[in-house]
Parts: sequence; structure tokens; C-alpha cells
Amino acid sequence: MIWARELTKNFGAISAVQGISFEVAKGEIFAFLGPNGAGKTTTIKMLTTLLKPSSGRVELDGLDPATQQQETRKRFGIVFQDSSIDDELTAYENMDFHGVLYKVPKRIRAARIEELLKLFELWDRRDHQVKHFSGGMRRRLEIARGFLHTPKILFLDEPTLGLDPQTRNQLWTHVKRLNETENVTVFLTTHYMEEAERVAHRIAIMDHGRIVAQGSSEELKRQTGTDSLEEAFLALTGTSIREEEGGSIVRMRRMVKLFRR
Amino acid sequence: MNAVYILWLRQLKRYTRSRARVTASLAQPLLFLFALGFGLGPTFQKAGHGNYIQFISPGVIGMTVLFNSMFSGIELIWDRQFGFLKETLVAPVSRLSIMIGRTLGGATTALIQGVIIMGVCTVAGFRVQNLSLLPVAFLFMALIATTFTALGTGIASLLTDFQGFQLVMNLVVMPAFFLSGALFPLGEAPAPIQFIASFDPLSFGVDGLRTALIGVAHFGIPTDLGVLATFTTLFLGFGGYLFSRIQL
Ligand SMILES: Nc1ncnc2c1ncn2[C@@H]1O[C@H](COP(=O)(O)OP(=O)(O)OP(=O)(O)O)[C@@H](O)[C@H]1O
Ligand SMILES: [Mg+2]
Repeated sequence: MIWARELTKNFGAISAVQGISFEVAKGEIFAFLGPNGAGKTTTIKMLTTLLKPSSGRVELDGLDPATQQQETRKRFGIVFQDSSIDDELTAYENMDFHGVLYKVPKRIRAARIEELLKLFELWDRRDHQVKHFSGGMRRRLEIARGFLHTPKILFLDEPTLGLDPQTRNQLWTHVKRLNETENVTVFLTTHYMEEAERVAHRIAIMDHGRIVAQGSSEELKRQTGTDSLEEAFLALTGTSIREEEGGSIVRMRRMVKLFRR
Repeated sequence: MNAVYILWLRQLKRYTRSRARVTASLAQPLLFLFALGFGLGPTFQKAGHGNYIQFISPGVIGMTVLFNSMFSGIELIWDRQFGFLKETLVAPVSRLSIMIGRTLGGATTALIQGVIIMGVCTVAGFRVQNLSLLPVAFLFMALIATTFTALGTGIASLLTDFQGFQLVMNLVVMPAFFLSGALFPLGEAPAPIQFIASFDPLSFGVDGLRTALIGVAHFGIPTDLGVLATFTTLFLGFGGYLFSRIQL
């Protein structure tokens, strides 16, 4: 379903992804793990038509995301790592906007929006502008929106970031159900090892733009001679802390808040 | 088609919900209208050109539409910075229809602002000469709005942060406004200014507006309409092309 060979992305001097190769079979749940800055999000962007690879090849359901963008976009759904909702719109309007873009028929759209907003406990706040939401509520809305249409492939980039345990549980239950009943292929990233262990059929560990190991959680543990995925992860990627990024966007949010009022 | 509509609707909702922006963007044209209109009025009259408020009002309306449409286009940078752009760019909808929806939405809000300013001008003493030509004036406002929203969108497609914003204001918006004949009769300006103005879409927009509203023409409506519509098409194509090439 997803296929990558020697996939590479350079940003000037920074080499974010350095010739990675992997395959994800139809109906598989595939987890991408790796320290901050490993290149997970960059890889997802190349798979989802947002970025063109510097070199290498990718295929999604037999399509090339770099050239057959329009067709590729019909195949997948995605929950982004960082915010992608419109603050000025209400929760319901954000959902509805998505439904229209993804051509979910009107009747089904209304029913599904209600179902999902209830599932993620946002129904009572559906007519509130998102700018008044808490961080976790925004996140829940992003996730609910990601489930509005049923794609062939679902990308989840750190979907549980900032979520409470109840919602995390709800999310993974839903993902598993989609995978089992609709045979949706799932490509996810997370920093919580227990989540990867719980849902993923196969795991790839990425560090400094390269895949350093891939296999099932059992295989990774055996390979590294450790007894938990966490230990295996640390054995493969070392214990030094990677630089955090994203400082600029936080600064900017603050600036715009000041500017608004 | 639905995608174009929902994007148009989104721009409109954002507009009606940000009252601060509506008020702020009306302040500048008001300043021009009152400071220049009343300040330069007597001098203008003495030079034998008639009522300056009457002359400058179409220019101020054109300016309002210009500023607001450029801003609507440039607003794309916000969407990029706050991440909402990603949501639209991965959707299974052609980028051209997304760009058109956005642009028409932005243009509609600029048009509304222009109509509000027309009302204010009327309060200040401006009189439309021939009411039956009002639809022609609206047509010109709509064309100015679409042209510059598309241009703004195209430019914003190339910018990744706000640093470029000031540059665009100073290098594109201000010259487009001041060299357009919005504030002075182009016919009496020195040849170099007339020459530059003939490359400025707003010159034709303001001239069209002025002809429709007060019956004073420089290029004349057929030229205005032809040239401005050409610019509109050109900029829609240019904006659509740059927008379709955005990477995140
Ligand atoms: N647009 C860009 N321009 C320059 N460098 C970039 C850009 N996008 C990503 N990078 C760099 O590429 C590298 C990989 O980033 P990426 O976002 O893919 O990491 P990640 O694995 O998703 O990390 P995290 O766990 O923090 O989300 C980082 O060093 C980052 O700074
Ligand atoms: Mg990431």
C-alpha cells in the first residue's frame, strides 16, 4: 500500500531524511518511532503530497504522490502533528468544511459529525469558536475531523500529543476498529512506546534521517536483547536528547494574540 | 464547485467575525477622505478642478478595495503559519478551485468594505452623478478586488513568514495606490507618472469607477474594462500557478 525506496529530503544543508526504504502492506498498522527531529514528519509530508522528495521513489496505492497528487489525495486521510484547524470557525464548521472538501454526502456528513463530536466529547461545544478551546480540545477536534471520511490509508502524526488518557484510549480503540472492520492501512508516529506496542503490527525506528531497525515489537526486542520496546528504542537511538524545534511558531502565536486584542 | 463555495464562505465568516479588522481597515481611507478631501479641497477648487471630495471619493473607494483585497490575499501567510493551509492542501480538490474559492471570498469582503466606504463618502458630501451607472461601478470594484486578491495570494504563496509582508506593502500596495491617479487627475500628471500609471491595474480600476460615479474619464470605460479584465485574468492565472506549487 505504501512503498518507499531510497527516499531522501534535504533542506539546504540539513538532511532531514537520508535514503530510507520501507513497505507497508494493505491493512497493516505501521508505526514510525524516533527521537525529535528524526525525520518522521518530513517523511509523512512526502507521502502526503505536501513536499517533493529530493531523491528516491515513493508509491501510495500504486500512485506517485509527487506527480499524481490529485489521485493520491483521494486515497488518504491525515491527522497532523501540529494544528491545522481554523480558529475563527466553530468546531462544527471545521468538521463541515472538511466534509465538503472530502465530498462526504450531506446526510451522512451531519450524522457522522454528530457521532464523532459526541465520541470525542465536543458536541456540547460544537458552536463555539475553536480559538476559545483548550489545547486538548483542539487536539480532539483534529482527531475527530480525521475520522470524518474513511480513507484507504490513514496517517496519524503523533495523534496523542497532549491528550488525556481517556481520549488516547478512545482514539486507539477507534483506530483498531477502523483497521479491522474497514481494512484501513494506518501509518502512525508516536513517542509513547506502549501505544506503538498496543496497536502496531510493525514498527520502524528512525534516527537522524535513517531507519535504524524495523520489525514487530517482538523482533525489535529480540534484536537488541532487551525486554521492553522502550529499552529497545533507547538501545537503538542512544540516550542523548535531541534539540527541540518549533520555537518560532509558539512565539508567533503569542505575537498574534497580542495583535488581535 | 462545492469546494469553491465552502472556501468562499469561510473567508466571509472570518471577515464578519473579526470586527476589529473591519474597523481598522476603514480607518485609513477615512483619514485620506477627510484630511485630503477637506484639506486639499480649497486648493483643488481654486485650480479650477471642481469639488475635490467629489473627485477623490472614487479614488478612496478604489484604495479601500485595493488594501482589503491585497490583505485578504496575503492572509494566506496566516493560514500557513497557523497550519490551516495544510488541511486544504491535502484535500482531494484541485488547488485551482481552492485558490479561486479563497480569492472570490477575499474579493467579496473587499467589495463589502468598498461599499461601506462609498456610504461614508456620501455622508461626507459625495454624490453619485448617475445612479443607473452604479452597477458599472460595482463591476469595477469587483474586478479591482479580484485582481488584487489574486495578486496577494500569488505573492503570499512565495512567502513563508511575515517578514515579507511589509515588503509587499511598501513595494506593491503603496506604489499601486499612489501612482494610480486615485488622488490626482492623471491627465495632468507628468509623462513619466502617466507612463508608470498605465501599468498599474488600479489606474484603470479607479478611472472606471470615476467615470461611472462622476462622469470624469481619463482612459474611458471600454479601455478601463478591457485592461482591467486582462489584469484580472492574468493575476488569477499567476496566483493559481504559484498557489499550486506551494510545499509545506
Ligand atoms: N521546512 C524545513 N526547513 C528546514 N528544515 C526542516 C524543515 N522541516 C523539517 N526540517 C528539519 O528536518 C529535520 C526532521 O524534522 P521532522 O519534523 O521530520 O522530525 P520529526 O521526526 O517529525 O520530529 P518530532 O518528533 O520532533 O516531530 C529536523 O532537523 C528539522 O529541523
Ligand atoms: Mg514530527
